[in-house]
Amino acid sequence: MKHTLSVVVENKPGVLTRVTSLFARRGFNIDSLAVGTTEDPTLSRITIVCSAADTPIEQITKQVHKLINVIKVQELDPSESVERELVLFKINAAPERRHEIIEIANVFRAKIVDVGRNSVTIEATGATDKVDAMEDLFRAYGIKEMARTGKIALTRGREG
Amino acid sequence: MSDRITGAEALVRCLEAEGVDVLFGYPGGVALPIFDALYDSTKIRTVLPRHEQGAVHAADGYARVTGRPGVALVTSGPGAANTITGLANAYMDSIPVVVITAQVSTAVIGTDAFQEIDITGITVPITKHNYLVKNASELPEAMKEAFHIATTGRPGPVLIDVPVDVSKGELDFKYPDSVNLPGYKPTYKGHSKQIKQAVSLITRARRPLLYVGGGVLASGGAKELKELAELMQIPVTTTMMGKSVFPEDHHLWIGMPGMHGAKYTNYAITEADLLIAVGVRFDDRVTGKLAAFASKAKIVHIDVDPAEIGKNKPVDVPIVGDAKNVLAGIVAELRKAGAEPKTEAWVKVVDEWRKQFPLHYGGHDVAADHEQLYPQYVVQRISELTKDRPTVICTEVGQNQMWACQYYTLRHPRTWVSSGGLGTMGFGLPAAIGAQAGRPDALVVDIAGDGSIQMNIQELATAKVNGFPVKIVILNNGYLGMVRQWQELFYGRRYSASVLPQDCPDFVKLAEAFGCFGVRVERPGDVDSALQAAFDFDGPAIVDCRVVPEECVYPMVAPGASIDEMLGGVPGCPVSEMLDDELLEEVWE
Repeated sequence: MKHTLSVVVENKPGVLTRVTSLFARRGFNIDSLAVGTTEDPTLSRITIVCSAADTPIEQITKQVHKLINVIKVQELDPSESVERELVLFKINAAPERRHEIIEIANVFRAKIVDVGRNSVTIEATGATDKVDAMEDLFRAYGIKEMARTGKIALTRGREG
Repeated sequence: MSDRITGAEALVRCLEAEGVDVLFGYPGGVALPIFDALYDSTKIRTVLPRHEQGAVHAADGYARVTGRPGVALVTSGPGAANTITGLANAYMDSIPVVVITAQVSTAVIGTDAFQEIDITGITVPITKHNYLVKNASELPEAMKEAFHIATTGRPGPVLIDVPVDVSKGELDFKYPDSVNLPGYKPTYKGHSKQIKQAVSLITRARRPLLYVGGGVLASGGAKELKELAELMQIPVTTTMMGKSVFPEDHHLWIGMPGMHGAKYTNYAITEADLLIAVGVRFDDRVTGKLAAFASKAKIVHIDVDPAEIGKNKPVDVPIVGDAKNVLAGIVAELRKAGAEPKTEAWVKVVDEWRKQFPLHYGGHDVAADHEQLYPQYVVQRISELTKDRPTVICTEVGQNQMWACQYYTLRHPRTWVSSGGLGTMGFGLPAAIGAQAGRPDALVVDIAGDGSIQMNIQELATAKVNGFPVKIVILNNGYLGMVRQWQELFYGRRYSASVLPQDCPDFVKLAEAFGCFGVRVERPGDVDSALQAAFDFDGPAIVDCRVVPEECVYPMVAPGASIDEMLGGVPGCPVSEMLDDELLEEVWE
C-alpha cells in the first residue's frame, strides 16, 4: 500500500538526511521524494511516497514527527489533495515519426522542449497516473532517457 | 552589556549555567581549547576516564542515579567514534546524556582531515538530536537546546560537535533563557477522557496488573505509582529498566517480567484481565511471543512518546503523557469516585503462585554447602549486607545482570544502573563511577561477570585516581556465561568462543596493580567477610567470586516462545490445575 506524506521541516542543513534515513531504519521504502521551500523561507516541504509491507503508516508518521526539525507530518488522502509530478522524456524520434510523437504529446497537453536529429524531449506535468500513461505510450518509440521529479502535493482548498 | 569571550569559554559557561558539576572528558588535539577553558572552572570537576566509551557510560550512570543530565567531552575522530556505544546505550534506555565532541576546523570539514569523522552523520540514529555548530555565536543556543532536548519529553542523548575554530572564535556571550523549537512540543498532560476510560477499566478489573518501566523513573512518578498500586491493591511488575521505582520488599511487587522473569510474574501477566502499562515499550525480552502476551487483558498504555503506543502491541486505551502526571490524574479520579479495591482474591492467587513457583537455585541449603559457591547466593548476600545503607547497584550484562535482577532487593528509586535495550557489556564499571560521582554518599556496587568486567577494566584507574570507591563483585564462572547458557540450551553444548579461564587474569592481583583492594572467594562461608572487607575498604575493590561454572539463569523463556512457557525452575502446570476451585471461581468468572 502506497502512502503520500507531506512533511514540513525546518530549512536547515542535514534535515533531509534525518528524515530519509529514518524511513530506511524503520523498514519503510521511499518510492519518490520531492523537496522544496514553502511560502515561508525558513521551512521546506518534503513530499514522500512510501510503502511498507506490514507496518501501519501511523508508526512512521509518529517516528518522523519525533524528529526535532520536523514541524508537521500529514498523510495526504488522494481524494482530498492535489497531486502533480513533472517529467521529462527524451524519446527516440526519427524525422518521419516525429509528428506522431508530437501528436501524443499534444493529447496529454505536454510540451516539446527540445528536438534533436533523432530525438524529441517532452515536458509533462500531471498526476502520477497520467505520467504513467504517457510513459507507457512513449515506450513504443523507445525512451532514451527519462527524469521524474517525484510527486508534490497539497491538500485541497476548503480547509484553508 | 556584551561579554566578548571565546567559544570554548562560552561552552564552559553554558555547562555551568546548566548546573553541571562533573564532566567526564578525554582530551585530544582539537578539544584542547575547551579543556583549557575548563581548567579555570571552579564549578565543574573534570574527570579523566581511560577510554571515551567509559566517559559516556559514566555520564550515563551519573544521569541514572541523579536524574540530571550526564556530560561527556571528547576529541574528534577516534575520540568521537569511541562514544558511539555509549550514545547508543543511552538512546536505547532513554537516558539524558549530553556528549560534546570536538571537530576539525570548519575550513577543512569534508576533506578527510586528520582525526576528522562525520560524527553528526554517524550518530543520527542513536541520538535524540545532534548539532554541528558552525559559528561560535550559535554555540549558546545549541547548548541550551541540547540540554532541553536531552532532559524533556522522552529523555535521550544529544551530541554537539564543536569545530576547533568555533571554540577558538569569539562571540558576545549571553545564555538564552528559553528555547525556540517549533517542532518539539512533548505532551505531558494525559487526555482527561482517556484517563476516565482507564479509571473505568481499573474499577471494573478483577485481575489488574501494573506493568511499569523506565518511563516512570524518568518522570519521577514513583510516589504516584505506589499510590495507585496501594489504593486499588494492584500487583506491580517492574521491567529491568523500571527496577527500583517500586520497593521490592512491598507485598504488591511481583518481580520482573519476561525472558528471565519469575514464573509467578509471567503467569500473572498471562492471566491478567487488565494490564496497565506505564512507561514501557513492550520490548521483546519482556513480551516473548507478542500474540500470547497478556492476551486475556485489556491494555491501558501510558507513555510520553506517542510512537511507542501501539508500536508492538495494539492497546485499548492509549494515553500520551508524562507517567507521573497521568498516574496522579488516575489516582485523583479514583479517589473522587470513591473506588474500592476488588483484587483480594487475585492478589491471593498471585501470592499462591509466588509460593509454588519461587525463584530458586542449588536445590538444597546453599549456605551450609561448603563446596559449591552459587552466583545467586553471592547476590543475595550483597542484598542482605547492604539493606540498611544507601546503596546503588550497577551491573554488567549477561548472567550477572539477570541474577542481580532476580536476587537483589531494591528499595529506593534510582538505585539501579543497568544496560537494558542495548545490552552493553562493559557498561557496569564506568557507569558505577558515574553513579558514585552523582551519589558520593552511597555504596556503589558493580555486580559483574568475568567477561564483561574485562571490557572496560581500564576504568579501575579512573576510580582509583579520582577517588570513586566502587566495589566490583565478579561472579567469575570462567565463561561468557549467558553465551554459554544459550550454547548449552540451543547449540548442543558446543562452547564456541565462550570459555574464559577463571584464573586469567588474576583479578586480585589486577586490583592490587591498580592500587585497589582485591579478595578472592571460593566458598560460601567466606562470602560475607570478603564482601564486608571490600565494602569497608576506603577505595575501589574487587571481590573475585569463583562460582559454579555451569550455572544457568532460570527460569528462561526461549526466544520467540510465549512467556508462560518457561524452562527451568520449579516445574509448572496449567494454571487451572494450580489453584483450588473456589479461588479460581472468585477471580475468573
